[in-house]
This record gives sequence, structure tokens and C-alpha cells, in this order.
Amino acid sequence: MRVSRWLADRWVMIVALLVLGYLALPILVVAGLSFNRPSSRLSYDFNEFTLDNWRQPCATSDMCDAVVRSVQIGFVATVVATVLGTLMAFALVRHRFRGRSGINVLIFLPMATPELVMGTSLLALFVSAGVPQGFWTIVIAHVMFCVSFVVVTVKARLAGMDRRLEEAAMDLYASEWQTFRRITLPLVLPGIVAAALLAFSLSFDDFIITNFNAGTTVTFPMYVWGAAQRGIPPQVNVIGTAMFVIALLLVGLSSLRGRRARRANLLTGPAQPRPTRRPS
Amino acid sequence: MTLLAPTGSGQAPPAPPAARSGRHRLLPYLLLLPGAAWLLIFFGVPLVQLAAASLYDPSGSLSTGYALTWAFGNYPDVVQAYWPQFLRSFGYAGLALVLALLLGYPLAYAIAQKAGRWKNLLLVCVVAPMFTSFLVRTLAWKTILSDNGALVGLLRDVHLLAPDGRLLATPFAVVLGLTYNFLPFLVLPLYASLERLDYRLLEAATDLYASPVQAFRRVTLPLSMPGLVAGTLLFFIPASGDYINAELLGTPNEYMIGNVIDSAFLVRLDYPQGAALSFLLMAAILAVVFGYLRRAGTEEVL
Amino acid sequence: MARETPAGDLRLANLTKRFGIFTAVDDLSLTIGQGSFFALLGASGCGKTTTLRMIAGLEEPTSGQVLLGDRDIARLRPYKRPVNTVFQSYALFPHLTIFENVAFGLRRRGIRAVDDEVARMLSLVQLDGYGNRRPAQLSGGQQQRVALARALINRPQVLLLDEPLGALDLKLRRQMQIELKRIQTEVGITFVHVTHDQEEAMTMADTVAVMNAGRIEQLGAPADLYEFPATAFVANFLGQSNLLAGEAVGASGGDVAVTAHGARFSVPAGRSRTDHGPVHLGVRPEKLILVGSADQVPAGHQHVTGVVSDASYVGVSTQYLLRTDWGSELSVFAANSGTPARVAVGGTAVAYWDPRHAFLLPRDAADTDRTSPVLDEPVGASS
Repeated sequence: MRVSRWLADRWVMIVALLVLGYLALPILVVAGLSFNRPSSRLSYDFNEFTLDNWRQPCATSDMCDAVVRSVQIGFVATVVATVLGTLMAFALVRHRFRGRSGINVLIFLPMATPELVMGTSLLALFVSAGVPQGFWTIVIAHVMFCVSFVVVTVKARLAGMDRRLEEAAMDLYASEWQTFRRITLPLVLPGIVAAALLAFSLSFDDFIITNFNAGTTVTFPMYVWGAAQRGIPPQVNVIGTAMFVIALLLVGLSSLRGRRARRANLLTGPAQPRPTRRPS
Repeated sequence: MTLLAPTGSGQAPPAPPAARSGRHRLLPYLLLLPGAAWLLIFFGVPLVQLAAASLYDPSGSLSTGYALTWAFGNYPDVVQAYWPQFLRSFGYAGLALVLALLLGYPLAYAIAQKAGRWKNLLLVCVVAPMFTSFLVRTLAWKTILSDNGALVGLLRDVHLLAPDGRLLATPFAVVLGLTYNFLPFLVLPLYASLERLDYRLLEAATDLYASPVQAFRRVTLPLSMPGLVAGTLLFFIPASGDYINAELLGTPNEYMIGNVIDSAFLVRLDYPQGAALSFLLMAAILAVVFGYLRRAGTEEVL
Repeated sequence: MARETPAGDLRLANLTKRFGIFTAVDDLSLTIGQGSFFALLGASGCGKTTTLRMIAGLEEPTSGQVLLGDRDIARLRPYKRPVNTVFQSYALFPHLTIFENVAFGLRRRGIRAVDDEVARMLSLVQLDGYGNRRPAQLSGGQQQRVALARALINRPQVLLLDEPLGALDLKLRRQMQIELKRIQTEVGITFVHVTHDQEEAMTMADTVAVMNAGRIEQLGAPADLYEFPATAFVANFLGQSNLLAGEAVGASGGDVAVTAHGARFSVPAGRSRTDHGPVHLGVRPEKLILVGSADQVPAGHQHVTGVVSDASYVGVSTQYLLRTDWGSELSVFAANSGTPARVAVGGTAVAYWDPRHAFLLPRDAADTDRTSPVLDEPVGASS
């Protein structure tokens, strides 16, 4: 009786934890396999513990070349997409203009279109235009599908910003440019940084669109795809684990900073004026 | 948490104050120009190009060149040849969606309403799988489902699986992989909706004689509808166009339409066929999406 | 930085602002004296905040002028005007320290040595030692004072205050009202204060302008507005009045004779805004005295008879409602000064007043008695 009551109260949480376990399982496997000495090239089973893969992550030099190329592509695509997307977000939040709904559709569509369709259609364009495929066609494709995500992310931050802060700055002798530089930019920056990180991770991990537009250029996902047929070197799991750990550290650091700021507020008393006003 | 953002992307931002002078009237267009041009040239134009390619003379080839002969016959041809893969794509994606809803709703609900101070930590756990490569994670399932693995061994021991039964290279593995890969896209918008749900509404429903099941059906479910719709779309669209899970976890018997398109473009170099298939995929997905949106009765996600 | 020579009065000339077809401010003209504490009072949506924003340069007038001395500043950008604002909910920059918030205006004008001035300002608003904190670490009242210091440090010719105390609770608001008044006297800058709180306006300002629908209904010293309102709106927005519909039948001697609801009254000519035609005869609730019968009314006073329909004890006074023969309910405030003038609900009573406390306003022919205050809706969208 008591057990069933306990279960009834907590079954949602129990299911949730099981689902989280399902989500976490492959990562644990990847981390485990990064310490594996496989019995054969095509084996996916755990065989023997070793640190060799971590000692020599670049034992297969093709793979490390592919990682470097992915980072390069991700970097260029992120910079371009972040700049273009941020400008668009400013236009959408801060200005009234004709054709707004058309622009919104143009931004929304790439997020709703299957990657396969975007990849094949770009391929059709490049082939018919006679553009040789390689590093730059990948960059073009990545910027295209990252821009929308940047716009949406920066827009959310910008829309949440109090316009009165900018008015206050202008009232306090800051010109338009000074207002942007001293007030708007610092306050929107977290949104821009988040958008850039998102763009980089989308670009770094993209396989489908890249696959259609890479020519002979090999990115890390392309390398993994190719290797899946020939046999995966265990170092792939080292890269996978390292990516995971780095991302986790970034998240941990930013949440620590947030928590410290919050604790400071608690120590010094109530924050923020209450937004509600009494009827007099 | 940016994946939540598409949910709200359709709302108009608060009206900005009136532009001040003539030079400000041009400014928004200058800001939009580079990004919009990029999207038009590398997203819009290629779609037109793809449509054109789907009407090329199918007897041409990459080396001899293609002629646009308005060969509408390409469409019936590919449907005839590949309708099983089409059906399989939507069947697998639909099955994975049902699974994902069964797993994802309790997860989103638990994080939004029951997690308390652990909320952020659990959210990170949902997103964390995406910190590492999609392909590497999918390959990990190969290890988990392997014939020599612990899972298969256990299932064989308890006779849930025949002594020579397998998990890998079956439709089950493909659906499991699809569910796994796109589950976070379903959970995050759903969480955003449920997080806004005021717990007192449920208390009010209970106070007004609703059983827990009725309270869920009459209050929780309708209020989480926007997130549910957005999450379903974010799950279904990439899942039905996916071919990585079928390739890595299945066999040619589990191939989805994506595998066919991939090989049409990259192996057989049959562009008219590949383009026609791509276009059909997009049309089919749009049809499913709009049909679904109409039934769900919410336009909010667009 | 030496204070610039005072530029003179702030004058608004035919100032108009339209948003589409909505006229927010309608041909507004007024003069605000150098160094005065001026309050714009009105319900939300009356155009007071729009007026303020036009003075600050955050809104461009559709037509008209904003003159500071002889200079028209209506089309100058906000950062070119010797005018600063204390914003509603303060708009403190969340990413800057209190010190940098206060120093912001000086730095933008290229002033390097700001330390002394900032310290002086922080001590003026009694926040010494708070310079290194962030706005989110301060309480509402402290934030309000930072906003004030941030504006005052620039020594503007005019300081604009947009509902600056709206976010504070009652006790803190009282305290800040006194504080603001003290600072204004100390620095001698022209203050223009926008509020929907009549008590706040009357406590602090030398001159109050009551705004309604984009126009000024009446302008003057708080006591003048209260004692002799110019319109029915003012009579019932500033406090509460009993306005009886009647007809003025002309002046005779020093008085204007009025008939209302079958009785004859009179009002001194000096307290009458008209002497013929439809009028409202007004008496404030606290000027009415309630007695049991007409023979208790002293000579020279006028009275109305009715039935007490409600009595609310509110501590400092008891507030009665007196239902007259013709169905209107008059408010009567009886000060709780110990006299045992308790009147039972349901009983007949007589309310009398000294005619010198009454006032006479012109009335639209269709208008009837008005005895309840103008309701100030809760402010969501600010005016």
C-alpha cells in the first residue's frame, strides 16, 4: 500500500530519470569506447582498456585534419552568420518597415525545411552554375542554415531589452553611436555570444547538408561517415568525449557566474523595484 | 536553450517607436540586405533550381548535360519506384514520434513542474547529448545494440528475444535511433510550455472535482498545446528526412527516402530523379505539417 | 564645471502631438517659471507623459514649440538638451555600477575627473559608499535615488520626473516626497513632475496643472485648485466634491442666486465662475456638517435634507452618504474630533454649509448631479 502510494506520487519523476538515462547512455558508451583497444577495425564492442587513444589522438592523421577543417569552417561560418543574423535581428526588432512578414517567412523557412532538401537544392545550384565544391561551398551552406538560428536567438534577447535604457542614455548626453556602444551592445552581447555558440555547434556537427556540398573536402562528420564503412578508429570516440567535456565545462562556468551574481543579490537585500503600481 | 526559440519566432515584436528621419527609413533595409540576400541566393534560388532539375530530361547525365524538357513524368516514375521507402520514412518517423511523446512528455513535465532546484541541471542533461557529434552518438547505439552486447544477451536470457534474435539491423533499431536523436527537439518546446503552466490551475481543477486524469486532460494538455505542436514539428520534420539512422543501424531493408535521395545524387548521379524525390519529400512534409496544424488548431508555431 | 547661467522659463507654445488619428497632446501652451516645482497631474492616457517626453526630446512634437528662455529646443536631439529625466522605474543601466551610472552623463560630455562630483551627488541622495554596487543589488527606494543623482549631476536647466515614486510603497513614497522637495529647494533647478497621484502633486509642487484628454483643465497653486476648482473634472479629480445641478438666476449684491432641485441657494460672486444659465453648485464633503434637524442649522448657512444611507468609519473621520429627496447621494466627511455627532444609518439628517465654502461652475445643460470622484484606473500603460 505504502509502496504504491510512493510510486503514484513519484512516477513522473521516475519515468523522467529513466528517459534521461536513455539520453545519456550513448555518451557513456562513447566515453567508454574512447578507452577501448578494439579487437578488429570493424568491431564496435568493448575489448580491452587502454589509454593509447587519449595519448595519441592523432594517430590517424586524416581524422585530425578533418577536425581542424571542421573547426575552420565552423569559425568562418559562425562569424559570417552571426554578423548577418545580428543585423537582421536589429532591423526586425528596432524598425518598422514594409515587407516585415516576407522577411519573417524567409527566416523561418530554412528552420522548417528538411536538411536533405536544402542540401540537394544547393547541390543542384552549384552544379548548374559550375561552381567547384569544397571548403567555400560548405561555408556558404553553413552560413545559410545558421543565419535563421542567429536571428531568432538575438531577436529574443533584443526584444527583452528595456527601450527606456537607451532613452535614458540619450537623455544623459550619449549620441546614437555612444548609446549603441555603451548600452545596447553590452546588454545584447550575451544573446550574440549564445547565437554564435549555437551557430558553431550546428556547423561543426552538420553532416547532411555538408555531404551534398563538400566535393572532396572532408569534415569531421564526413570522416566519421566514411569511416563507418571502413572501420572506425577509436580516436573518434576521444574527439566525441572531448567535445562533450568542453561543452559541459562552458555551460558549468556560465552557470557558476550566474549563481555568484545571484548570491551577491541575496546578500545585499531585495532587488528590482516591483513592477506593479498601486491604484491611488 | 536557444532551441526553444522557434516557438516564439512567429510573434511580432513590440512596435518600435516611429522612425525619426529619412535616413532612418532606409536603415532597416540596409541591415536586412546582406542576410536576406544570402538566404534568397542560397536558400530560395536553389529551391527553384531543384524544381527545375526535377523536370530535366531523365536520359541526360552529368557528363553529357541535362536539358530542361519539363519532364513531369519524372514524378510518377519515382513514386512508382520508391513508394515503399516513402511510406517507410513516414511510418518510422511517425512511430518514433509516438515513442518520443510517451517518453518526452513525462520528462518535460517532470522538469517543468517537479524538479524544483534541480530544474536547470536536468535541462542541461536533456541538451547534453547534443554537445557531442550526432554521428558518433548514433554509432554508439551500434555498440549498445550489438549482437555480443549486454542488452541483447539479457533479452535472450529472459526469452524476450530468440536465441538467434538481433536488435541491430532491424526496424526496431532504426526507430529507436530516430527517437533518441530527435527527442530533445520535442522536449525543449514542450518544457517551455509546461514551465509557464501555473501549478495553482491544477489545484483549482482538483478543487473543482477533477480527478488527476481529468485535470491533465482538461487543463495541462490544452495549456501545453503550443509547445506540443512546436515540438512535434521540430521532431517530425528532421526525422522523416533522416537517413543516417537507417544507414548506420539498419540494412537496405530499412532504407528510408533519404537513403534513396542520397544515392541518387551522390552514387547514381541521377539528378532528375533525386530532385524529384527531394521535392516530393518537401511537399509531403509540408502537407503533413499543414494538415496537422489545421487539426491542432494553432497557427502559433508559424 | 560651473553652472551655466539660468536659461529662463520653460515655455510650451501650441504644443501638439498626434499618433495617427489619436491626439495625445492638444495645442498645449503653458509657462513654467525658472526654479519652480511644477506638477502635471492627470489620469493615465491624459497626455502628461507625452508632454514630458516632448520636453525631453524622446518624442517629436507634431507641431508647436518647446522654448527654454528664448531658444526653441523642440527639434533638438535629446542629448543636445540641457534637460534630464528621472524615468518611471528608473531605467538604471543594469551592467554598470552605481558609480558609473551616476557618472554616465558627465563622461558622455567628455569630462574626465568625475570622482568628486559623483561622491558629492551620492551623498546628496544619501547613498555614500554604494558606488561599487550594481542596480539590482539596491532596493527600490535606493534605485530611485540613484536615478535622481544620475540626472542631477548634469545640472540640467530642467529636471523631468516621470512618475518617479510610482514603484515605491506608501511609506517610502511619503519619505521620498519630502526628500525630493528638500533637494529641489537645495539645487534650485526647475522640476517638472508628472504624476497621477493628486496627493503627491499637491504635497510637492508650487504649481499644479490638471490635464485631461490632452488639454490643461486648470493650472494654479494646489490650495487654489482645491478650494476653487475651475471645472467639474478638476473638482472631482482633486479630492471629491458634491456637485448639484441647478440654474443660476443672476447676481444680486455680492451673491449669485441659484435654484436647484426646488430649493434656493446662493454663492458669493467671487466664488462663481458664471452667474447665469445651467450651473453646478459645489461643496466639498468635509465642508458639510451633519445634524439631526433643520432647526440646528446656524443662521446664514444653507442646507439639504435627506436620509443617511451609509456610514463608514475610517479612523480620522466618518464618511456618510446622505440620500436626498431627488435620489442623489451626497458625501459628508465628519472629522473624528470627539464631538458626539454620530448619526444613525436610516435616520433623517440635514447637511448644512457656509455659502463662502461653496463654489459655482458652469454646467452642460445635459449634465446632472455629480457626487463621486473621478476614478483613476490602475495604471498599466502609462499616459
